[in-house]
Amino acid sequence: MSRTGVDTGVAERPQAPRAPARRPARPRPPLTREVVETRILGVLKWVTIAFFVAATLFPFYYMVELSIRSIEDVALDPGALWPPRGAALGAYGEVLRSVQDGGQGFLVFLRNSGIVAVASVVVTLAVSILGAYAIARLQFFGRRQVSFLFLAVYLFPAILLAIPLFVFFTRIGLRGSLFGLVLVYTSQIVPVTIYMLRNYFATIPEGLEEAAALDGAGRLTIIRKISLPLAMPAIMATSLFVFMIAWNEFLFALLFLVENRENWTVSLGLSQLAGSVEVAKTTLMAGSVILTVPIIVLFFATERLLVEGLTSGAEKG
Amino acid sequence: MATATKPRRRGPTLAQQEARAGLALLSPTLIVVLAMVVLPILWTIVIAFQSLRLRNLRTRLFDFSFTLDNFETVLTSPGFLDALRVTLIYSIVGTFLSIGLGLVAALVVRKPFKGRTLVRASMLLPYVAPVVAVTFVWQIMLDPELGVVNAIGTSVLGWDESIPFLTQRSGTLSIFGFDLGVPTALTVVILYQAWRYFPFSFLFILARLQALPAELDEAARVDGATPLQRFWRITLPQLQGVIALLTVLRFIWTFNEFDDIYLLTQGGAGTEVVSVRVFNYLTGRGDIGAAAALSLVLALLLIVLLFVYFRFFVGRVEEAESI
Repeated sequence: MSRTGVDTGVAERPQAPRAPARRPARPRPPLTREVVETRILGVLKWVTIAFFVAATLFPFYYMVELSIRSIEDVALDPGALWPPRGAALGAYGEVLRSVQDGGQGFLVFLRNSGIVAVASVVVTLAVSILGAYAIARLQFFGRRQVSFLFLAVYLFPAILLAIPLFVFFTRIGLRGSLFGLVLVYTSQIVPVTIYMLRNYFATIPEGLEEAAALDGAGRLTIIRKISLPLAMPAIMATSLFVFMIAWNEFLFALLFLVENRENWTVSLGLSQLAGSVEVAKTTLMAGSVILTVPIIVLFFATERLLVEGLTSGAEKG
Repeated sequence: MATATKPRRRGPTLAQQEARAGLALLSPTLIVVLAMVVLPILWTIVIAFQSLRLRNLRTRLFDFSFTLDNFETVLTSPGFLDALRVTLIYSIVGTFLSIGLGLVAALVVRKPFKGRTLVRASMLLPYVAPVVAVTFVWQIMLDPELGVVNAIGTSVLGWDESIPFLTQRSGTLSIFGFDLGVPTALTVVILYQAWRYFPFSFLFILARLQALPAELDEAARVDGATPLQRFWRITLPQLQGVIALLTVLRFIWTFNEFDDIYLLTQGGAGTEVVSVRVFNYLTGRGDIGAAAALSLVLALLLIVLLFVYFRFFVGRVEEAESI
């Protein structure tokens, strides 16, 4: 892309005093507005970066730090930013142990969240790959209306959708089941995944598919053998995106599963844990770490892929 | 070539075939979205006119004697106007802040430097982390007894006493001898929302920034424009499109926001937005009809606001660009 050509040359110089280096008159460059602004902005830039990094990382650091301290210790010295008396992993044990063993049973919740997230990814992909391909490639009546319909869906608050779904699932007895939740997640995410995948399919040269068609391949064979392998980066990014949404989701899990502890997801389990008085805040933080770590690991492993998948098409403004 | 020639004359034309294939491929998506999204929206409209409660769900569900009672209940109940005001403040200020922070963040990491990838990834963390986990950390950070913010505030910054940030409706902020009344909890919730959602704007603005042609900036530099002038006159106008898009998206999402506020304050201390109210009607009182009516009011209001935005603001932007 066009960005590399010019930018790198400027920025890979040593950071500190930037402006003067350009000027031929070494000793004292005149204090023009250009020089003053460049210097001030150069400093401000690093201050701002430091501020952002601190503001975004600190809560996560604090989460981990509290989770390995005892609650008495926190009460005594709430301002300590370093675990004073070594690390204690007791809170994690309590959170993960099953209810029979006096714990909170988070292992089961982790399993549930995993099932829901993976199932949502599989169902969403199965549905949206076909749909996105159709919208990107095929001319048919109603194509534009469908795109519009999918976007319009997002005008309505999730809580509005939750009401009839709540009533419906209560009536047919699916409330409390993980399957119902997967259905809801899929329907909520599909409009976005269609959009992400459609943009990518549109970038694949049509000639490849035409060549395969001339060789006698049917539509589905073309999708499976040509389009899918080429769209793999976008499909990976979409999967990760769906996984994160399904793993993190709270409102529908709360509405649908709250009466059925067996099927709680980690998010729901944690929020219910917060409601009870006898659970220490440090235990809560251990639960938060357990909830967050899988997502963060996944995110750091795939950051580049995810970012490019999410914003593909955005460069054009 | 020869292998592909099927007897195609009498069958449907290529265009017809394509149209059929298109609809066939799209049908699973369409069915899921229609059944799980469109139908529920329509059904909400029906429910809003029924007197449906959780306890008479079995008997009343198909009782189609419509009434406007729900709307009357919802619109005249105490606190409705307050919730509306809070929702508007929360979404307007929250949208503005999250896009502003996103813009600043994108500008400072625009050019490559050592460790840029890590900085960028850390800036995305608030957005990708689970909402339940981050709201709990904020709760504990701001806790009057256990929280690090109050610990530092009282010991280092010399506050007289701990501030219960999430349960205090309003407090006074003393700046330069002036005492300003501040809606404490609402302010905190808005700051939280800016913290959590600026990465979204950051991502999109950064993608746009890096796709900008460098020549314009270069030309302005040669002509002697200072960095700030180049930002205001060259860079910012080119970001107008993406910022307008983000404004719409962020406003819609903030306006409909539920999770974050519910988890932070349960809607207490003057932070009750309309969607939390809907939730309370639904689960607290079991009044499904009223919940549906209120959520419809919320959706209609959003549509009106968006209409106004597109009619008056976006039109002007385009006019300005054409000049």
